[in-house]
Amino acid sequence: MSDKKPISSVNDFVVRFANVNGSGSASANEMFARAILRHGVPVSPRNIFPSNIQGLPTWYEVRVTEDGHLGARGGVDMMVAMNPQTWDKDVAGIEPGGYLFYDSTKPMPSTKFRDDITVIGVPLTAITNSTYTDPRQRQLFKNIIYLGALSALLDMDPKLIEQLIGEQYKGKEKLLSSNVHALHLGRDWALQNLKCPVGLRVKKSDKVGDRIFIEGNSAAALGAVYGGATVCAWYPITPSSSVAEAFTAHCKKYRHDPETGKAKYAIVQGEDELASIGIVIGASWNGARAFTATSGPGISLMTEFIGLSYFAEIPAVIMNIQRAGPSTGMPTRTQQCDIIACAYASHGDTKHVLLFPEDPAEAFEFAAAAFDLAERLQTTIFLMLDLDIGMNHRLCRPLKWDDSKQYDRGKVMTADMLDEGRDFGRYLDVDGDGIPYRTYPGTHATKGSYFTRGTSRDRYARYSEEGSVYADNMQRLMRKFETAQDLVPRPLQANAERPTKYGVIYFGSTTPAMDEAIGLLEARGHHLDRLRIRAFPFHSSVASFLAEHDFVYVVEQNRDSQLRQLIVNENGIDPVRLVPIVHYDGSPITARFIAKAIGDHQDHLKVTPLRKAVS
Amino acid sequence: MTYIAKPKFHHPSLKKNELGYTHRDYEGKISTLCAGCGHDSITASIIEACYELSIEPHRVAKISGIGCSSKTPDYFLGNSHGFNSVHGRMPSVLTGANLANRDLIYLGVSGDGDSASIGFGQFAHSIRRGVNMTYIVENNGVYGLTKGQFSATADRGSKSKKGVTNTDNAIDLVAIALQLGATFVARSFSGDKTQLVPLIAAAIRHKGASFIDVISPCIAFNNHAGSTKSFDYVREHNDAVNRLDVLVGRDPIAVDYAPGTVQMVEQHDGSKIALRKIDADYDPHDRLGAQTFLARHAAKGQIVTGLLYVDPDAEDLHEHLNTVETPLNTLEADTLCPGSAVLDKFNASVR
Repeated sequence: MSDKKPISSVNDFVVRFANVNGSGSASANEMFARAILRHGVPVSPRNIFPSNIQGLPTWYEVRVTEDGHLGARGGVDMMVAMNPQTWDKDVAGIEPGGYLFYDSTKPMPSTKFRDDITVIGVPLTAITNSTYTDPRQRQLFKNIIYLGALSALLDMDPKLIEQLIGEQYKGKEKLLSSNVHALHLGRDWALQNLKCPVGLRVKKSDKVGDRIFIEGNSAAALGAVYGGATVCAWYPITPSSSVAEAFTAHCKKYRHDPETGKAKYAIVQGEDELASIGIVIGASWNGARAFTATSGPGISLMTEFIGLSYFAEIPAVIMNIQRAGPSTGMPTRTQQCDIIACAYASHGDTKHVLLFPEDPAEAFEFAAAAFDLAERLQTTIFLMLDLDIGMNHRLCRPLKWDDSKQYDRGKVMTADMLDEGRDFGRYLDVDGDGIPYRTYPGTHATKGSYFTRGTSRDRYARYSEEGSVYADNMQRLMRKFETAQDLVPRPLQANAERPTKYGVIYFGSTTPAMDEAIGLLEARGHHLDRLRIRAFPFHSSVASFLAEHDFVYVVEQNRDSQLRQLIVNENGIDPVRLVPIVHYDGSPITARFIAKAIGDHQDHLKVTPLRKAVS
Repeated sequence: MTYIAKPKFHHPSLKKNELGYTHRDYEGKISTLCAGCGHDSITASIIEACYELSIEPHRVAKISGIGCSSKTPDYFLGNSHGFNSVHGRMPSVLTGANLANRDLIYLGVSGDGDSASIGFGQFAHSIRRGVNMTYIVENNGVYGLTKGQFSATADRGSKSKKGVTNTDNAIDLVAIALQLGATFVARSFSGDKTQLVPLIAAAIRHKGASFIDVISPCIAFNNHAGSTKSFDYVREHNDAVNRLDVLVGRDPIAVDYAPGTVQMVEQHDGSKIALRKIDADYDPHDRLGAQTFLARHAAKGQIVTGLLYVDPDAEDLHEHLNTVETPLNTLEADTLCPGSAVLDKFNASVR
């Protein structure tokens, strides 16, 4: 052992589990995270998984954070190394002074360890094999046994874990008691044979409050239920599939007629993404609220229809759970890399509304709002999630709904309005907001029908190739996009405690890391005003923010600084004043990364003038 | 051209149907297709079928893809909403529209490029799902709007107008529709309105995926010697297995049929199809038999037409999905939104 002191920390450390995909570890690991939450201590867990079903390495990382920093931290204080394939890399990744937890049933050569970490061996396989004979049971209970051992090592209250097991296996007594038994097998072994607790400890606190613990995809799907979506068409693609699956589950619970048992929704798994968006467009054209969920490659396939939605003015909601591109890219890794692809999707001059939720609570809220926006604006609304928000459990404020809220169905001309003699022009702007009235098919026997097409037409939906007619329509579409500016969620600004010439712009899943980075930067003496962008088109406050600061950092998770490009393009800003801070290796951005990148740039800006230095 | 207004006046003694609509009420804009185009005959047949069925024109949604055929919905049912969507994607748009409102009649109009090439997948999957629709392919074997390239339904060995011989095998959409489980399958010829009109009417009254392949010669690019989709060729090789009458309403029109020559088919909605047999052995309830029959006749170069298969008790997608009877597009927050109390419970379940 070197003289590196073992890390000592209460309620502030990172545990990483290295497992083999398909070994049943996920539920035990998730239970570990939930158990810490039950101690009143916030956690931020992340799945790091391969594009594979069985056999490849997978990791589960739990950041224990009394201070509530929910972004990824980077570094590992305790590695639970259960996967021989990744052993060397896993051991190398432990912070000096950290801990290595491993299955010591088979002796390992000393060269496989490090002398600056604490090695904790538990003969998991031996304990499991002496207790269970069924191979599947051995595999599953091994996970619970290490959970039990960890509970002793980290000073966790076993009653809270038992409670969780009780909730999970409610009504299945046999499974319940056998899981509790396995938990204590591991716990008792650790208590009897190891020095418990180690330097890392979980201590009861009250920092969780009434917050909920939910995946962004599930929250977005619930938002679609609350937002009145009745048609969902989708094609399986990681990391978005769980949106449609969660929507199905939520609908089964909340959307069946109690008397007839019939469904107040229709979900179709399309043959591809083209069919999915086609079904959404058809349903929305016919007056239902419809959505699809997809990821980058699906967006690429959908672009022709997205152009139709823009030009023929048909509502659509697309939830894009972004993953690392281009092409197949890294299907199970996170990025914010479809900003440009979505903002300007399809051929010709197009612009689309994008919403950027920061977490599951906002994903719920924005998902519901997306349907109002889509029908109000009669165009495609993108809900831009990413894998980090979508597929990880995130602690967030409870979901809220105002029961007095009615859906905004937008400008729909009814049979009565037509009978009153209202002038109906499908593409006629009657009040200057660029948004025309539409009619649903079947509204009236003799009035209000029109022919929807992707070709150019006049204000009364009559086919036309006249240049002036075409241009008139394109200008109205621009006007409509300007209207959107004031309808979408506004940016949120938070100023530094002292006046500063520097600002930072960020969005979406970067938020928790950015919030934490601000603290780190302040400690280094760097003060920044913050602007969290929540939608495109950009509200005028974005331009004001840019005008108020000499330099604005734009922090995002893609190589090409896509949001920055969009800001430069849409605001006509001198690009030099917008400093890109990009993170794009597929792992979630960390506060440490942001603070270092911005801090280094700030230090560079503050070079002492030469004359002053010599005098 | 379409922007030329059609004169509104019509003969005062024009016949009216049960609902009091005249033929004119089912017409649309003036066609912009070539004079003599087979598609215009299909348009006329659709108008005729809807008139005879006394359908309220505005209760039909006409959906198409891209191409000559897909332009035609503008030329009929002017009081219906139409949607000229994306090339090859009519089936998905129609599926979505149908899910949103199960109470309208869905008429999908497509072409052979639209359905057998770019949209072959969508054609197949909409049939598989049993969407309640009438899917008409106006099949001319060529790309007309882009001036005469072969389509995927062009027969192997047939010649293009420029003299090129097609070396690719043809896709027979009828055979595929049968294989994929369409519950109403027919083929007809745009030049044979007496066969086509009742087929369209019966297809509209059918609940489930109805598919009609209508051979519709392209006067400009596929009506020459060497083409197997020309007027002459189709007339010479047309092998009709049956002709039909559609009987709707309380008092079926008294039709005299010689005994043994007619098979009555009662559809789900109570309407009846009287099938006048031409081929005595042909059984339109035998899917496998129909497939074999088609294959055997195709090998002999014959074009089998008529009602080839019907399952009068078919189910549709809404039944598969168990959706409510009320159209989904009429549901509002009071029935769709579970409300804040449920949300509070949900929150409690994820702590």
